[in-house]
Amino acid sequence: MGLALALLGAASAALFAGIGSAIGTGRGGQAAAGVVTEDPSQFSRVLILQLLPGTQGIYGLLIAFIALGKIGLMGGAPQTDMSVGTGLQYLAACLPMAFVGLVSAMQQAKASVASIGLVAKRPDQFGKSMIFPAMVETYAILALLISILAINGIG
Amino acid sequence: MAVLPMKRIAVCGMKKDRKAVLELIQRSQAVEIDTAGPGEAYQDVFSQTDVSASSQIFQKNAAAATKALEILNSAAPEKTSLFSFLEGRQAVSVEEYEKRVAKRDSIMKDVNEILRLDKELQEAKADIPRIETQIEALGPWMDLDVPLSFKGTKRTAAFIGTFPEEITEESVLLRLAELIPEVDKLDVNLIRSTPEISSVMIICMKDDADALDNALRHMNFSRPPVSDEVPSKQKDLYNGEISAALKRMDETREELVTYAEKREDIKFAVDYFNMRADKYQVLGSLTQSRRTFLLKGYVPEEVSAAIEAELTSKYDVCVEISDPAENDNVPVLLRNNAFSSPVEGVIESYSMPGKGEIDPTMPVACFYYFMFGMMLSDFAYGALMAIATFVLIKKFKNMEPGMKKTMTMFCYCGLGTMLSGVLFGSYFGDAPAVIAKTFFGKDLKIWCWIDPLNESMKMLVLSFAIGLIHLFTGLILNCYGAIKAKQYKDAVYDSIFWIMLVGGLILYGLTTDVVTGMLGLSTIMSGFGIFGAVCAVIASVGIILTGGRESKNWFKRTLKGAYALYGVTGYLSDILSYSRLLALGLATSVISSVFNSMGSMVAGTPVVGVLFFIIVFLIGHALNLAINALGAYVHTNRLQFVEFFGKFYNGGGKKFQPFAVNTKYFKFKEEN
Repeated sequence: MGLALALLGAASAALFAGIGSAIGTGRGGQAAAGVVTEDPSQFSRVLILQLLPGTQGIYGLLIAFIALGKIGLMGGAPQTDMSVGTGLQYLAACLPMAFVGLVSAMQQAKASVASIGLVAKRPDQFGKSMIFPAMVETYAILALLISILAINGIG
Repeated sequence: MAVLPMKRIAVCGMKKDRKAVLELIQRSQAVEIDTAGPGEAYQDVFSQTDVSASSQIFQKNAAAATKALEILNSAAPEKTSLFSFLEGRQAVSVEEYEKRVAKRDSIMKDVNEILRLDKELQEAKADIPRIETQIEALGPWMDLDVPLSFKGTKRTAAFIGTFPEEITEESVLLRLAELIPEVDKLDVNLIRSTPEISSVMIICMKDDADALDNALRHMNFSRPPVSDEVPSKQKDLYNGEISAALKRMDETREELVTYAEKREDIKFAVDYFNMRADKYQVLGSLTQSRRTFLLKGYVPEEVSAAIEAELTSKYDVCVEISDPAENDNVPVLLRNNAFSSPVEGVIESYSMPGKGEIDPTMPVACFYYFMFGMMLSDFAYGALMAIATFVLIKKFKNMEPGMKKTMTMFCYCGLGTMLSGVLFGSYFGDAPAVIAKTFFGKDLKIWCWIDPLNESMKMLVLSFAIGLIHLFTGLILNCYGAIKAKQYKDAVYDSIFWIMLVGGLILYGLTTDVVTGMLGLSTIMSGFGIFGAVCAVIASVGIILTGGRESKNWFKRTLKGAYALYGVTGYLSDILSYSRLLALGLATSVISSVFNSMGSMVAGTPVVGVLFFIIVFLIGHALNLAINALGAYVHTNRLQFVEFFGKFYNGGGKKFQPFAVNTKYFKFKEEN
């Protein structure tokens, strides 16, 4: 039971953050494709902006891997005798990444889409356009940090 | 590390030397020309020539050539390699230049021919849907065996047309009998009937034609477009037209392709006419009297003397070099050494230094390479980046300067990545250890200073420490800028107080058990804590008193000061923001470890195990490098732009853009 709860935590980190990033890069891709139809030379710039909401999925994956490694589901003996309490600890530790990952990726996508519009009109402002989506990502990074520290802190 | 000092330059000369002087300045590429007019006071003596007519001709030619080039590129795409964007513009010698200028008329003839062919192509393309609609309109008449224009025989009249509803021969006859009972000799031939439209041919005696015509008008009868052929034959004719149009399109395309060899000439024409148009525009902006002209602009101080000497020795001109006035919007040119100049592009993408601001390139460079390195933090990835960019720089010697700077920047970032890879013991993640264990059965321990995964708290403290150094450097630069501008009070109020406050608070915090316990550090001597607390108190009082110093009212001033002190929370979030150094570094190393362990899953099987490992290794690490290099780039920029620049740098300067040969495809070598 404990192991199942821990696994639920690891899976939800990858699951929700992944969903968020999928939605985010999808929206970014729509806007980016629109810009490229008008001006193919902007491809590399808008591609970078599209990819920005994709990092949450990677952070979620990261947390999932760390958690799976720690509970022995990735090469090693699975801790089948894990107590419910410990399992719940893993679940709780994974939650920041899961939820912040989901929401921040979707919100970051909005900033990304706006920045893609900015680059389409003023390609010289690419440097600044990257910063707006990067602002949103800060919170995903903070959640990632807390999840890592929490998983590492579980005895 | 500097913003180059600029001088104003004014050149006054005879009108006959006008073009020669401009050409000299264009070649020197060192003067930005001020396009402001002569000013109200001198309007009766000086004026600006209207050159828009000639400039427009050049612009039109350039636009035509650009369009032709586009057409050519879509008809016969140029074969380019993946790295062609690195190649830079092709150099053209003076003889070659002259040769091409001489045949510009024939080039323009080719350009116009290409435009004409394209127009033909477009027309043919537009014809096809038009013909297709006509074929569709024939649909209801396919079973008719007389032409649609058939009016009847000697004695009879024929009405060919449609009703907008489904009908039968009987229903038409019935309705006609109601409307015109007197006409009894009628023949209704239903050709085709659908719910939307029914086509019929109605025949009557010639004498009844008028009556029938009237009746049909009441029944919403409409006549089809007339054609003199039997519909099925007409359709064949239309089909013939379509295939003719298709053939014409093919032929035109083929003809267009034959122009592919003229591509270089057309590129030359684009450059040539744009250049001429530029020159005429500058010519138009010059202030001129009847016999003289006056040119004003900005020139970097270091070359001003040389330009003055060259101009005065060659022509009868008077050159005046002076310091820019207080309220001039002087353009900014940065000059940095080989270490820091590659990040000039990063500065430029934020903003050039504003008036009186220092050039932040050097400090940004120091932190940039290092922070990028910490976020990617893998020796092997760094080495790959550094080697790849280095090879590209060496291979494409003709690379444009901006591209070369970016490449060099990533080369240095690669070196930074190698450094942090060694410090944190990452070589393709934990690949050496995994390979040693799975294929050789040995335990390999690689030296590292901090193991980020197992000592993440230590690593986090390191990230914060680097952040603190970064922020304090920003504050010190702010202080330095204020001192340079002789605003000593601002230096104390806006920089030194904040350094004292933040530094003091941190020092005090390090003596308390709560903070040290959390960060896993040993408590420092309490004496430092008291010193820190005193500093922080003095600084916060100072900030409350001075933070709102622009307000006259003491109450408002104190309130504003208190609000300024609240800004200390901003420092907390700034410092926390540096945790991304740890997070992104961890992302790289954990994901590469995952790929390594995935690869070694079937290591037990001989040969296949090794092959599988190699495949997973190559794909996995290529993906990881790409994604994390992007992340490192974006977040390094963010730390510079938001956290670092927020402390001292506003930007807002205008980039120095000298009057020069601005071409797209060719570089024209100078005659000397």
